[in-house]
Amino acid sequence: MDTAAAVLVSMMAAATPLLYAALGELVTEKSGVLNLGVEGMMVTGAVTAFATATLTGSSVLGVVAGAGAAMAISLIFAVLTLSLVANQVATGLALTIFGVGLSALIGQGYVGTPLDALPKLDIPGISDIVFIGPVLFGHDFLIYFSFVMVGVVAWFLYRTRAGLVLRAVGESHDAAHAIGYPVIAIRYLAVAFGGAMAGLGGAYLSLAYTPMWIENMTAGRGWIALALVVFATWRPGRVLLGAYLFGGVTILQLHGQGFGLGVASQILSMLPYLATILVLVLISSDRALIRLNAPADIGKIFRPAS
Amino acid sequence: MKRAGLLLAAAAALGLAAGAQAADKLKVGFVYVGPIGDHGWTYRHDVGRLAVEKTFGDKVETTYVESVSEGADAERVIRQLASSGHGLIFTTSFGFMNPTVKVAKKFPKVKFEHCSGYKRGPNVATYLARFYEGRTISGLIAGKMTKSNVIGYIASFPIPEVVRGINAFTLALREVNSKAEVKVVWVNTWYDPGKEGDAAKALIDQGADVILQHTDSPAPAQIAQKRGVWAIGQASDMAKFAPKAHLTAIIDDWNNYYVARTKAALDGTWKSQDVWEGLKTGMIAMAPYNAAIPKEVVALAKQAEADIKSGKRHPFQGPVRNQAGKVVIPKGKAADDKMLLSMNWYVEGVQGKLPGK
Repeated sequence: MDTAAAVLVSMMAAATPLLYAALGELVTEKSGVLNLGVEGMMVTGAVTAFATATLTGSSVLGVVAGAGAAMAISLIFAVLTLSLVANQVATGLALTIFGVGLSALIGQGYVGTPLDALPKLDIPGISDIVFIGPVLFGHDFLIYFSFVMVGVVAWFLYRTRAGLVLRAVGESHDAAHAIGYPVIAIRYLAVAFGGAMAGLGGAYLSLAYTPMWIENMTAGRGWIALALVVFATWRPGRVLLGAYLFGGVTILQLHGQGFGLGVASQILSMLPYLATILVLVLISSDRALIRLNAPADIGKIFRPAS
Repeated sequence: MKRAGLLLAAAAALGLAAGAQAADKLKVGFVYVGPIGDHGWTYRHDVGRLAVEKTFGDKVETTYVESVSEGADAERVIRQLASSGHGLIFTTSFGFMNPTVKVAKKFPKVKFEHCSGYKRGPNVATYLARFYEGRTISGLIAGKMTKSNVIGYIASFPIPEVVRGINAFTLALREVNSKAEVKVVWVNTWYDPGKEGDAAKALIDQGADVILQHTDSPAPAQIAQKRGVWAIGQASDMAKFAPKAHLTAIIDDWNNYYVARTKAALDGTWKSQDVWEGLKTGMIAMAPYNAAIPKEVVALAKQAEADIKSGKRHPFQGPVRNQAGKVVIPKGKAADDKMLLSMNWYVEGVQGKLPGK
């Protein structure tokens, strides 16, 4: 594998967990709910996926269990913030802390357990083609599935009636409620979807990216995913772009150092966040732009007037 | 009056009794920067804590607080331990230095031990291990095992501690293999399995066939195994993560130190001091050598271990040249501790520039 292909392949691997988590959070936020617990859900997904794959020997079951576990703890968040109308920011932060602790507890017996990485698609002949082979045909199914999900989310949000309703709930829950849409139920589903996707991102980390379990292995990727949603101005296509940009910067700076490029690694580490702040400033300075994509009722508490 | 006096006496007696009871049992506190399940730095400190419990049994009671962030949080945790009757407190990260010293001033009777700092006080001792001695051994092995003559080194932060390790490693590497060079990648974290793994991949893609790390997760060793190259672990034996690739590791062993200091506190002989020990006292040790290492290389490594212990060999024995080729440590001399503690330059054989230089 030549260097360019190697860089691209590592970049895809670095971007995939971010892509899953950010896509899920995008749908949650589009319904008007801000769930800051992405990191906690991801790490819970990672440990559950790893434990399940180790116990059953099936990585597919592991992936499903990871998504399921993260979805389950996202539902705790949903009950607290949607049914019991607790503050979303505080509850989301609590969910992260809870997830980190819970995953460490579940994972105690799994530190240092070996596990085979997810199998990669390997088509004899085609996978060996220079450059194109490894870049297009050398991945595990979770990478391909992440692209499918970008399409599905984009199609759902902008091409289906259900997606329109979800966005309407995020824009104005009072209006949606007045028309008769079940605001709370829709938000429950959106939060659960966000949880499952964060779980997939976590499962990718512990099953494919670095196939092992170690405490707090997400190391802040949940927060990057949250930043990505803003960076992408709540558009699925741009989430894809952003995830690959963020993943790419990380990988490129590591390669750059090996080649002796004289850019301070600290600056490169800051880049994703600088880009996010820049986007925040840009969209905040243009009110029309905010109204275009940001859900108007994000983070607001909804109490149905009976 | 009489009654009041009686009460006072009773109170004093009670206080005394409580005091006596507290003196019976020494409460020892530990403050950790990471989770005890990191399988690296913090894990090894906690093994030391368990050794204290095992050695002294009922005479001590240990407490630990894990994942304490460096800064204001640390001060709160340390103060909490000091005010809840702990007689001896170990704080195990560089960033705990100022909080430890600050709290120590308010609790002159409590004894503090800070790992890796340079500020001491009448009741604050410091201790650290000479990890770089292990880097020398790693360098000898890597120099013999490499085929590509490119070694990948994953570094955390450009502080003297880490630079010293890179230099000690490179000197030993080139002693046995003058063609070998070291590529360093800085990841700016002590612990991020994903990023550490990415750095390992990048280095391997650029031709490295031995991966070293000065970060705490076993991910680089695991990547090395997957890609079929060698790895040398950090802080604890990482062989179970990469049984084939794992050549050896530098293991921190705080057990003896923690037991000795607890004993001193129990005996009343505890004094503030500054300890920097290595292979000789067993504060660091090499993990079992991989069976794939040829016998003569293992012999070479073991000889170097013995020579460092006996003082016959110094990891920074002159002549040592910096990257520009200038002699920094002249022939016949070795670097002193002052130079080691402030090392901020690369030796010849390291590629790239030190960040911030």
